[in-house]
Amino acid sequence: MSGVRVLVGTRKGAFMLTADGKREKWEVSGPHFAGWEMYHLKGSPVDPNRIYASQTSGWFGQMIQRSDDGGKTWQQPGVEPAPPTQPGQMPKPASNKFVYDSAAAPMTTHQWYDGTQHPWEFKRVWHLEPSLTDPDTVYAGIEDAALFRSTDGGVNWHELPGLRGHGTGPKWQPGAGGMCLHTIILDPSDPKRIYIAISAAGAFRTDDGGESWKPINKGLYSKYIPNPTAEIGHCVHHIAMNPTRPGVLFMQKHWDVMRSDDAGDNWKKVSGNLPTDFGFVIDVNSHEPETIYVVPIKSDSEHFVHEGKLRVFRSRTGGNEWEPLTKGLPQKDCYVNVLRDAMAVDSLDKCGVYFGTTGGQVYCSNDAGDSWAPIVHDLPAVLSVEVQTLK
Amino acid sequence: MIRVILPYHLRNLAHVGEEVTLDINGVITQRSVLDALEGQYPMLAGTIRDHVTQQRRPFLRFFACEEDLSHESPDEPLPEAVATGREPFIVIGAIAGG
Repeated sequence: MSGVRVLVGTRKGAFMLTADGKREKWEVSGPHFAGWEMYHLKGSPVDPNRIYASQTSGWFGQMIQRSDDGGKTWQQPGVEPAPPTQPGQMPKPASNKFVYDSAAAPMTTHQWYDGTQHPWEFKRVWHLEPSLTDPDTVYAGIEDAALFRSTDGGVNWHELPGLRGHGTGPKWQPGAGGMCLHTIILDPSDPKRIYIAISAAGAFRTDDGGESWKPINKGLYSKYIPNPTAEIGHCVHHIAMNPTRPGVLFMQKHWDVMRSDDAGDNWKKVSGNLPTDFGFVIDVNSHEPETIYVVPIKSDSEHFVHEGKLRVFRSRTGGNEWEPLTKGLPQKDCYVNVLRDAMAVDSLDKCGVYFGTTGGQVYCSNDAGDSWAPIVHDLPAVLSVEVQTLK
Repeated sequence: MIRVILPYHLRNLAHVGEEVTLDINGVITQRSVLDALEGQYPMLAGTIRDHVTQQRRPFLRFFACEEDLSHESPDEPLPEAVATGREPFIVIGAIAGG
């Protein structure tokens, strides 16, 4: 029987929520890696038992964890689960070693908050994107912004330096959350095409497997940068794509909900009748590629939902016309945020939609957004939500 | 035998208790202790010292014999009591939050 496994990263550990295809009764597992910031967990679409996790700490740095049994057990890739009996018996691990490729792309500077130039410094892995075809290949989006790849199951990581070396780096600047590469979208119809997004630089696309990158920000307008239509400098919060239509992209920018019908070459605003078009998450229904979901947030100064009401807005027309989805969601005295990687959709029929809040709730809709129910109420602040559809 | 006390999260990462012991030949310094620690528990590589610079991570400190050794040279010999195993070398997280 089909089912789902929801992977939840929080400020203080990871949780896994499982249910059968009805998505009504849930089992909760966790906290895994209790006390650590779990920025993102994602399963391989090729092998759902293979899950990668980003475990991070301001004290102890970055770890990568991997499970090969659907999250029952975990290990740092390249390190055996049990300690050695003698020194030197085990291979030197490199799974948490993210070193910029300064030989291929010299270390330059980026713009700091005050406009001065600042050196690139590795801080953490924001997003892990497993390959669509190989469970041992996985991409990592990091802060300070760069794209890394492992082809050996997360044991060794190498930068794809063409992005950081694009030449526009001195114009990139950190958003409130840091200068992070937070979105990685692999095109299922073209293995050499990858989309990424950086706060605050904008969106980029490669058509040659990561060798070279093109900014794809035409049509974006950001009044908070000196030139609102600049090629570089936009604070893109998240991008989503339905795999059946890989050329169509939807973007939640700092302000503005946008869409592109030509693989990012041109964007147009589709905020329409949203009560506010600031926000972080955006996702696309897995069966209806013109049905999209956002959670409007009041403003860039007040990072909580508008009017104290937790509302998901759905457009069935690819944008512009939006309806609030409120059934089962708190409609008064609610002041949570929904962070950029904290929404996901499953591929069951009807499409399941999931999101997590900074208040520690994870909600599920098993009917494409018509109604919602909390899976859990009281987790630590949710950083990311992914879902695996299990056959 | 050198005794090292680790903070809570690193104990969990290495699957060990509060204190680990290391056998080290030669001069006992911060560097030789941390090299031996990472050799025995490779999952700790990069967690105490930066992978590239080998500098102590900024939110960690090193104590021994009621002294703060965080800013000593990594190649300075550690106190005799640490070298003989009478006192532990303590890796401790900065107290701010967590």
